[in-house]
Amino acid sequence: MKLDLLAAMNAERAARRACVLVSDLDSGEQRLVVEAALGEDPLAPLLLAQLRSGKSGMVESGGRRLFLTVQAPPIRLVITGAVHISQAMVPMARQLGLDAVIIDPRTAFATPERFPNVRLVPEWPDEALPRIGLDRYTAFVALTHDPKIDDPGLSAALRSDCFYIGALGSRKTHARRVERLTEAGFTPVDIGRIHAPIGLSIGAVSPAEIALAILAEVVASLRQGDGA
Amino acid sequence: MFANEEDILKQAEKWKHEGREVAIATVVETWGSAPRPVGSHLVIDGEGNFLGSVSGGCVEGAVVTEALEVIDEGSPRMLEFGVADETAWKVGLSCGGRIRVYLEPLD
Repeated sequence: MKLDLLAAMNAERAARRACVLVSDLDSGEQRLVVEAALGEDPLAPLLLAQLRSGKSGMVESGGRRLFLTVQAPPIRLVITGAVHISQAMVPMARQLGLDAVIIDPRTAFATPERFPNVRLVPEWPDEALPRIGLDRYTAFVALTHDPKIDDPGLSAALRSDCFYIGALGSRKTHARRVERLTEAGFTPVDIGRIHAPIGLSIGAVSPAEIALAILAEVVASLRQGDGA
Repeated sequence: MFANEEDILKQAEKWKHEGREVAIATVVETWGSAPRPVGSHLVIDGEGNFLGSVSGGCVEGAVVTEALEVIDEGSPRMLEFGVADETAWKVGLSCGGRIRVYLEPLD
């Protein structure tokens, strides 16, 4: 491998952008396809399918055996609400390889005792989110039920490329949320990005079951959706 | 500890910038129960120092030996390891799987 190729791969990763290294194992030829160029590449369908799988792998194209080294940024899970459901969600997210961040300005909720070993940001979402950054490798989940906390988070998520946006609440709660977001200037298409009721429909009852339903929906969006 | 494959590749770049010779080994195919998934890396320098893992310890020694040759010759090669494969290697995978490892110099 050429050093400049390796340096370019590492730089893309540092910038939280995906890339695929295409290696022809017979000829030794290699080239790097960066995220912005993936769609127009002659191998686009192969590369995009491989990227979606999140794994490197061998493919065949035109009688050539190619190895595709996939480098996708770590998937982030940004949650507003240091609540019971998020307590159950953090260890599950870790098992799934998701990088969780909990935002909640209520310092009685956002304590390290309740949330050990996870990044905890005891601030308002509109202060915290610009610093954390929401991108197409981020899922945003609003869990407080409190519009003062959830709405600024949802507004930031809707203005971003997050691959998943979900908000906890009954249909009635969501209807009021839609009204508020509409007043704030978001279109029905924008608001349609929000998964509400949140989570796959599995009849979840306990906080852990709801966490499972939400994470299953996040994984489905990641692996089957139009996003990352 | 290096938590993931990308950190290992970052270290490979750093080593090269420090003037070390470097080879990169990548698991490109696995059959049966292989200990490390496709895409796993081992990076090796000209002194035989290495980071990462392609088999969780079973064949790293052999890969390092080959890597020193690859660094000398400057061209890549494909290695294959498996329990049944006794012709090329005395080392093997105790788990019964088989892996193919692409070994290339960083230049």
